[in-house]
Amino acid sequence: MTATVIKFYQTGTHTVGNRLLDPSQRSVQADMRRTNSLNSGHRACQGCGEALGARYAIDAAMQACDNQLIAANATGCLEVFSTPYPETSWQIPWIHSLFGNTAAVATGIAAALRVKGRSEVRVVAQGGDGGTTDIGFGCLSGMFERNDDVLYICYDNEAYMNTGVQRSSATPGAARTATTPAVGPAPGNVFGQGKSLPLIAMAHEIPYVATAIVSELRDLEAKVRRAMEIRGARYIHVFVPCPLGWGTRSDQTIAIARLAKETGIFPVIEAEHGELTAVSKIRKQRPVEDYLKPQRRFAHLFSPAVNTAAIAQIQALADRNIRRFGLVDAAAAAGAE
Amino acid sequence: MEKPFAITLDVGSSLANKTGSWRTYRPRYGDRLPPCNNACPAGENIQGWLYHAESGDYEQAWRVLTQDNPMPAVMGRVCYHPCESKCNRGELDQSVGINSVERFLGDQAIKLGWKFAPPATASGKRVLVVGAGPSGLSAAYHLARLGHQVTIHEAGPLAGGMMRFGIPKYRLPRDVLEAEVQRILDLGVTLELNTKVENIEASMQAGGFDAAFLAVGAHIAKRAYIPAGGAAKLLDAMQVLRGMEDEEKPMLGRRVVVYGGGNTALDVARTAKRLGATDAIIVYRRTREKMPAHDFEVEEALQEGILIKWLSTIKNMSDEGTLTVERMELDATGFPQPTGEFETLEADSLVLALGQDVDLSLLNGVPGLEVEGGVVQVGPNMMTGRPGIFAGGDMVPSERTVTVGIGHGKKAARNIDAWLRGEVYTPAPKHELATFEKLNTWYYEDAPKTVQPTLDLIRRQSSFDEVVGGLNETNALFEARRCLSCGNCFECDNCYGVCPDNAVIKLGPGMRFEFNFDYCKGCGICSAECPCGAITMVPENA
Repeated sequence: MTATVIKFYQTGTHTVGNRLLDPSQRSVQADMRRTNSLNSGHRACQGCGEALGARYAIDAAMQACDNQLIAANATGCLEVFSTPYPETSWQIPWIHSLFGNTAAVATGIAAALRVKGRSEVRVVAQGGDGGTTDIGFGCLSGMFERNDDVLYICYDNEAYMNTGVQRSSATPGAARTATTPAVGPAPGNVFGQGKSLPLIAMAHEIPYVATAIVSELRDLEAKVRRAMEIRGARYIHVFVPCPLGWGTRSDQTIAIARLAKETGIFPVIEAEHGELTAVSKIRKQRPVEDYLKPQRRFAHLFSPAVNTAAIAQIQALADRNIRRFGLVDAAAAAGAE
Repeated sequence: MEKPFAITLDVGSSLANKTGSWRTYRPRYGDRLPPCNNACPAGENIQGWLYHAESGDYEQAWRVLTQDNPMPAVMGRVCYHPCESKCNRGELDQSVGINSVERFLGDQAIKLGWKFAPPATASGKRVLVVGAGPSGLSAAYHLARLGHQVTIHEAGPLAGGMMRFGIPKYRLPRDVLEAEVQRILDLGVTLELNTKVENIEASMQAGGFDAAFLAVGAHIAKRAYIPAGGAAKLLDAMQVLRGMEDEEKPMLGRRVVVYGGGNTALDVARTAKRLGATDAIIVYRRTREKMPAHDFEVEEALQEGILIKWLSTIKNMSDEGTLTVERMELDATGFPQPTGEFETLEADSLVLALGQDVDLSLLNGVPGLEVEGGVVQVGPNMMTGRPGIFAGGDMVPSERTVTVGIGHGKKAARNIDAWLRGEVYTPAPKHELATFEKLNTWYYEDAPKTVQPTLDLIRRQSSFDEVVGGLNETNALFEARRCLSCGNCFECDNCYGVCPDNAVIKLGPGMRFEFNFDYCKGCGICSAECPCGAITMVPENA
């Protein structure tokens, strides 16, 4: 893992900052001079995980490349809430074109910079899960396959939130959305559909693929920093809870993200050239119910009757992640028993 | 202005959009009272001094600590640390070793010769303190720092009171005590030893004192009627412990029986063992659960080979030293009742440790004084019925510990100071308690308590060397950093980092944070993710 874990300084590296650490060991977000790439006044909902994830990622990228950064943005919440014409919240060069072509736009910018000999200027493309896993998938796969010098960041909130919470190929099984209502014998989204874009990106054997989560800032920043050290196609998939679409309290955004990781629902991993290189271990393992219960999109699993079959299915998926990526330390697991 | 094709408006910043208007709840940043501070009988700002110890600034930590308690090296050894029992970290792994860090700071201060800052101005008022025990010394210290001229009259030959004549050396080495007493005297406090106050009114008049603080303690051992032969060796605990400070140590013999169940009984038994007793037996009429002594002291005593006879009373003692002991049984209300079953116990000496009374003779003839149950009654301001005469420590109704005494001294000093200026002291209102539920403990590093080294058993049984060792600089720092800083911002930057709207303003090191209410949408993430519970969400327009 590229994030340095510092022990025992009261909160170690769990908190955003830590006055006991040397300034060089503190996070970008703890720095009073951070870019605030996505500035105040944006129209994201209260407690928006995507707004937070985007600022975390882009501030870290800005710091890593000495503020020489251009961002292309897909259509989606992030674009809509940040740039109602003629206002913008972005404090960096930023362009929006269409829903599905962000990877292509970024590729074009990178090509132009190459022609102009501006190798110090770096390119980031960003979008939500809809613009990445569905609509922009063709352009993105092409960007990967050509190994274009772009860092693509996907903020995954597991549905089309901007247009009213419709299902995407990143929506998990059993989740209620506007297009997968909680009715019938198998309420909510169908199990066994959808795709894992991090694994697809790894299959392209691009130089760098990572997943990150808004509840682990240090890890997220380290991954962005690592990605910025590399040239070629890079992909970071950030898990960002959506209070509106998931039906969670606005103050629980980070707590929900933490639970997604601690249950094994969302594996936090890192890979280079198609090979898994690091995983972020689960610190205090929890059953999936702890993650599902606070979310109204899963309320039908608990009331009027507990849908044990569906919960077991979700637990099995989490257990599979834990097994597949080695998310639980064998020694720690033995000690806990 | 010339604009590109199809562009009609100037580019603006989203800062024009004041999203603060969405808010229905607003974060409020404020301190809560940490449970350790709340539990400290001396009113120490424990979280406050640990904050400085965490960054390795031990001198500043010591300075914050000594704002409330002038004797951290003593306190770090003899305090029963109720703070640690209330420590929120106890619910996480183990409570923070506050007492051991306090001792480290106290020892560091002695080693490096830190001194108290002298008072800024002199008030011109004179205060008489009677008794140089913990309470009197604490009052003298606080009064001196408030600018008053203080004289202590002590009946005994040395300062310290029960810290010297009640607590054995293996718990409190005398050089530590002397160093901390001297530092108080260095503030300009006059100490007159071997000066027993016979009549308080007369002493005040003779010395021209404006107020007095009485803290004579409780030194007279309570007796129980035990028929004993003329040759039987029968002593009381105070005689034994006080005798330990003389050249000639008390002669207790090989088999020593101590009667009582308080900390003093344990102190005597452990002292007897160190003086060479092969058998040191405590006889107590109730059970271990009902014993007033602190459990860790019972544990240490048992380790040292002290035997305890539970549920037993002593009926008599023969010339040859044979004790008749009756077995007791607890009744439904938990009181011991005789059973009529007897046994005998051989003893070279019997020491009674049944508690102490107060010598109130100095108060004879003082009008307005109220004495109840052998102790002087005081108001919430520590003043007796006689205006200008205050009292504290063991001679007023209280739990009789050094820490309570130190707390009384501080409280009395503040009230005396106000009274001398014709004012009434009003303590600052207490913050709401920082309970465990208010914390977000995810953020704290897992770190179990540092175990203090203890002296090996053979040396404990045979010498008066200190039993419990101190922490060194490395583990003291580790221990301090286990503090959760309950209810008090420790600038972890979480609120600054987790706000999706950049609506938390970081003011810089030591200056904490502010909210930018122009943009704060009131989502509450800062409050939910604050590790120490220093941010509360409150309804708007409430």
